[in-house]
Amino acid sequence: MIALLTQAINLFAAMLLILAFAMITQRRILNLVHLFTAQGLTLVAATLDVGYLTAQHQMYLSAAAAFALKVVVLPFLLHRLTDRLQVRFDVEPLWNTPVTMLVGILLVVFAFNLASPIAALSASIARATLGIALASVLLSFMMMITRAKAVPQVIGFLSMENSLFFAATAATNGMPMLVELGIALDALMAFLIGGVFMFQIREQFDSLDIRHLERLREE
Amino acid sequence: MLALTLLLAFPILGAVLLAWLGATRIGAEINVAASAATTASALWLAAKVASDGSLLVYSELFYIDSLNVFLVTLTAFVGLTTSIFSRPYMRIERDHGRMTPLTMRVYHAAYQLFLAMMLFALTTNNLGALWVAMEAATLCTVLLVSVYRTAAALEAAWKYFILCGVGIAQALFGTLLLYLAADRLIGGGEGALLWTHLNAVKTQLEPTILSLAFVFLLLGYGTKTGLVPVHHWLPDAHAEGPTPISAVLSGLLLNVALYAILRCKVLADGALRNGLPGQAMVAFGLMSVLLAAFLLHRQRDIKRLFAYSSIEHMGLITFAFGLGGPIANFGGLLHMTMHSLTKSAIFFAVGHAAQKAGTQVMDEIRGLLQTSPTVGWGLMLGSLAILGMPPFGVFASEFLILTSAMRQLPWAAPLLLLGLAVAFAAVLARVQPMVFGETSVKRLPHPPALIPVFTHLGLGLVLGLFIPPFLADWYARAATLIGG
Repeated sequence: MIALLTQAINLFAAMLLILAFAMITQRRILNLVHLFTAQGLTLVAATLDVGYLTAQHQMYLSAAAAFALKVVVLPFLLHRLTDRLQVRFDVEPLWNTPVTMLVGILLVVFAFNLASPIAALSASIARATLGIALASVLLSFMMMITRAKAVPQVIGFLSMENSLFFAATAATNGMPMLVELGIALDALMAFLIGGVFMFQIREQFDSLDIRHLERLREE
Repeated sequence: MLALTLLLAFPILGAVLLAWLGATRIGAEINVAASAATTASALWLAAKVASDGSLLVYSELFYIDSLNVFLVTLTAFVGLTTSIFSRPYMRIERDHGRMTPLTMRVYHAAYQLFLAMMLFALTTNNLGALWVAMEAATLCTVLLVSVYRTAAALEAAWKYFILCGVGIAQALFGTLLLYLAADRLIGGGEGALLWTHLNAVKTQLEPTILSLAFVFLLLGYGTKTGLVPVHHWLPDAHAEGPTPISAVLSGLLLNVALYAILRCKVLADGALRNGLPGQAMVAFGLMSVLLAAFLLHRQRDIKRLFAYSSIEHMGLITFAFGLGGPIANFGGLLHMTMHSLTKSAIFFAVGHAAQKAGTQVMDEIRGLLQTSPTVGWGLMLGSLAILGMPPFGVFASEFLILTSAMRQLPWAAPLLLLGLAVAFAAVLARVQPMVFGETSVKRLPHPPALIPVFTHLGLGLVLGLFIPPFLADWYARAATLIGG
């Protein structure tokens, strides 16, 4: 049983990486929201698993908080937001998919190289997954930078926060509770501010396309 | 302990009160009163630390030593003068129809919350809490930058939001790695993120982890400090937000981000003992000074001009701390103080000048001396001060930094001098016609708030001529804390 659960951490980590790739190539906004919810769910499962294996019961608490925020509240707000903005079924043109995938793979290789000397030093049972966590962070960066619409950029931001949460779980069995709560609160605030912005941006430009926001240039 | 509680309670209470009351007639007055109370508590706290030494309170969550207490005092003080300046300034903006009752409410509440978060970031001992407070302060300023809700303001705020989001996430990863290193040594839990605990064991922290952690922390908090090449948000946010916000962004937020880097540098230096953190900071600093100095020439907008000048000066300060050693650190700390005071004074003068001319385009601002001599002289003297003319304080700190550069890193000194000279030519060529040219614009409906401008410049002048022994002592103690 224990051996199985230890294996399961690697499974969850792999799932997170696949989800990150799915997100960078997903064109439909509604599907992005679903992927984000799945990412949150995987995260909760991984946290519960690590908590059980290391017998650290405060991790159940942080898993519960993550479930409430990342699986219930944020997806709910995202659904409402996309509904109100009427972008649920929007399809967004992307870079061509193979190039995105290739760049993503390079990022993963880079992340594994960066993380390997550190993962070797970590005492956590989930240390092998530190590279995956860093790779997901970098993939989320890429999503924030390459997307042209506001909603995917914000989902990129949230998925980056998820990846960092996973990095904390994987490398150190979770940050102190106080800090974790603070980070969650910041993420929620950031999301709310981003949501308010989207309405204002659409009011100004009649569109949520960030390419309209290119008037201010380096002079 | 009470002083610290009051220091953090006043701005939070102020924020709650201002959010609750909304845009009453006395919103600006409450803003000033809350900032004044905060400044009084900051002075009290500083006096306590000066007499009793460093404080470690509330189950070690807060730690005050001579390094952060001077930044706390500076932050509270500039927060106060900016709130005094913002009173007539925002009143004029409201008369021009750029602010509504709702945005006034957001503006005042977010301003106080922003001050509270910066003070929290400065005083906390927990590096995780420091990150949380920095992120919260960023989010407050995102709101403040977007407050005019124009297309340009939204664009600047969105850019700020996304770029600083990426930056601050790197800092979080760096913090995580620090926690990982500490976890191996002193066990997990709250203790492993407390700076005092980490500082006690810094020589035994795992060097491989610490070097990677420092790179992430430097890039992450460096984004907020405005270091080249991660500075792109800074000019836009300064130019498109309200001018009081440009003043506190330049004068305060950049300092707080740099303070976070310094705390991490102390740990990384202890663990690595190879000078790598210092070298990285020297490289970033030098790059920022040079690039910003050359970009100064191409600016058309007055607030963008001084935003680039802020990048240049933050680069210079980062360079100084990267050099390390008592004299360079002393110079860096002094320059932080001088830059805060002088740059916010300049933004106060710039705000009134731009309001009077009805534009931020420099070619259209002319003859400030004719219409309002005090604004004109404020801008002229402020520009001379920031460019490092004696007898202002910036001269003293730049002199210290340059001489220690000549001693410790001779090849860098000519590059620094080149940057400073180019910046001098660029800024003076722009400011001169604005101050001395001919004009036909009318006076402002409300008298401008000039006391803050001349208080800051006066302080800069006094500190340039004579640094009181207790202050010199204070800087020297803080400089040894940073070490290097």
